[in-house]
Amino acid sequence: MPDLPPHRHELVACHECDLLQRLPPDPPRGRIRCARCAAVLHHAHGHDIVEVPLALALAGVVLFIVSNLYPLLEFRLQGSADTSYLVAGIAALYTQGMPVLATLVLVTTLLAPAAQLTLLIYVYGTLRLGRRPPGFPAALRLLQAIVPWSMLEIFLLGVIVAAVKLAEKASIAPGPAAWSLGLLVVVLAATATQVHPRLLWERAG
Amino acid sequence: MSGPGVSAAAHHLTACHTCGLISRHPPRAAHLACSRCGASLHTRIPRSIQRSWAFLLAAMVLYLPANLLPMMQVTSLGQTRSDTILSGAEFLLASGMWPLALIVFVASILVPFVKMAILVYLLISVQFGSRFRPLDRTRLYRLTEFVGRWSMVDIYVVAILVALVNLGNIAAIRAGPGALFFGAVVVLTMFAARTFDPRLIWDGMEPTHGR
Repeated sequence: MPDLPPHRHELVACHECDLLQRLPPDPPRGRIRCARCAAVLHHAHGHDIVEVPLALALAGVVLFIVSNLYPLLEFRLQGSADTSYLVAGIAALYTQGMPVLATLVLVTTLLAPAAQLTLLIYVYGTLRLGRRPPGFPAALRLLQAIVPWSMLEIFLLGVIVAAVKLAEKASIAPGPAAWSLGLLVVVLAATATQVHPRLLWERAG
Repeated sequence: MSGPGVSAAAHHLTACHTCGLISRHPPRAAHLACSRCGASLHTRIPRSIQRSWAFLLAAMVLYLPANLLPMMQVTSLGQTRSDTILSGAEFLLASGMWPLALIVFVASILVPFVKMAILVYLLISVQFGSRFRPLDRTRLYRLTEFVGRWSMVDIYVVAILVALVNLGNIAAIRAGPGALFFGAVVVLTMFAARTFDPRLIWDGMEPTHGR
């Protein structure tokens, strides 16, 4: 990949307190914080700003598919056994007459993560091919809007709480999806630290 | 700590919230778009205070049924018990599962309440042009934005349990109406935090800003 254009003393306004300030011409690795409110203005890792997020997003897609196709938890009680999949909770809430709650879980554990991964691969895959993705501004805006609603890390905590809660009365075992979900949460968190809209704009915009 | 410096707004400059590019923004200008990415430019989130209050008040109203109505109905060997958030946490504590009781208490009771209290304080302080500890108020804002989502954990516990425990009379779990209201509280407080513009905290510190 071509290197970033050399930085000028770029004028920035802090997104959290609106303080006008200049970034150094060639920001060193690490974080640059707002002089007034300490919000992170710039975060450089020294890795490629396209290839690393693309690799992480591709790993995320594989883990996301595994998390949805394999059982999440296995449950045994008095001779009866049951396995549960990630989508099963959504279906159960829906059939119990709670379509709104089912939709909330559907959006935050399935649709938002899927859209997040799709947009990441679209944006970074196209940039990796050396082109500017059509609809680049809209894609980045959508990605920024979706991320807070992608809640798999919270869902994972829910899985753990539910499993411990039942462990006293029944036998509970994590399925393959539980492990892949754990990895997916780590991968998504790592991806989030690698998305730098401002730097991408300098390259693609 | 007020710190030196001037905001972009005081120079009639606006940073694009999508790509960060600084644009000139003449006072009383009509709709403007970023010259680099085309996003509409707003010096501050439009009608931030009114919209944030609207989401917050709705959340506060729904917080009552969320806590008073049952989250779950648990049937075990023919017996059925209903649990609200609080009685569920008490039940966990009584069964000796205190780490779990603590997670449920913090995520489902403490976090939503503290988050709403912080947002009320931030909105009122901004409306009165407070100059009190802007850095700490910014930190409070960051805290609410970061922790608010974690209240969803109880919704997920319900979703997982209803799917998993479905063995008829031996053991079955049904979601209660409280879960719906609780989900609405989490979503509404997230919207309230996201429509609140933390730059308003610092606008009160501008030298030109009347007290």
